[in-house]
Amino acid sequence: MTMKAKAKVISDGRVDVKLLIKHPMETGQRKDRKTGQPIPAHFVDSVTCHWNDQELLRAHWGPAISKNPYLSFKLDGPAKGDAIVIRWTDNKGESGEKEYTIG
Amino acid sequence: MEKFQQHRRTVLKGALASSLVGLAASWGMLGNVAHAARPQMAFDAEDLDGTLNALFGEDSIADSDMITVKGPDIAENGAVVPIRVTANVENAESIAILVPENPAPMVAAFDLQSSISPEISVRIKMGKTSDVIALVRADGQVLRGAKEVKVTIGGCGG
Repeated sequence: MTMKAKAKVISDGRVDVKLLIKHPMETGQRKDRKTGQPIPAHFVDSVTCHWNDQELLRAHWGPAISKNPYLSFKLDGPAKGDAIVIRWTDNKGESGEKEYTIG
Repeated sequence: MEKFQQHRRTVLKGALASSLVGLAASWGMLGNVAHAARPQMAFDAEDLDGTLNALFGEDSIADSDMITVKGPDIAENGAVVPIRVTANVENAESIAILVPENPAPMVAAFDLQSSISPEISVRIKMGKTSDVIALVRADGQVLRGAKEVKVTIGGCGG
């Protein structure tokens, strides 16, 4: 499971953040076609964005977010060259964290 | 015995009420939006009323032109429906996205710090044709915007 993100200053001075996480986002409602066994739920349940140790955004997600989740949001405050840290966790306790420099 | 039963019920009610208040407080209702806990009861609810109740309790919800939900009129594939929610308000503390016709209406909630513009894009799953509802808490009010998305092939099952 990998995460890709881009943060850049747009025309109005705000920072546009776009984010893509590779994740199956299993709802727990699907069945394996061969065995008929239910496929356990496995989904990203939290995404956060930090800047200078300040939590700017916290997303709480359920399984109704699409596979390989996409999220974009805009920030006021951070400037070009600043670092933001994006972290995700899923319902099985897996997680990922990465720092991005605003371009 | 009857008295005891009654007392027990009151105690239980009290416990439930305080845990609801705790949940409400932790989901940004009482000001401090950072590090808010997950509104798990809202995710567990299986109908719209239950979800709204878990999120906002007795608070009234007002339809507002300030809340825009953008998405396709028709989604051929319910597994990937791009949605953008924009709140043209000051001091938005949180945004919730709900799909009433999904098996569990709660899709996502976002806790926002003041330096976040209340404008969020995300891709969601829809089981069938439904409204997509955005609920934004700002300055002690809950504002609602919605858009209907017709779904040709549902995206929740196998």
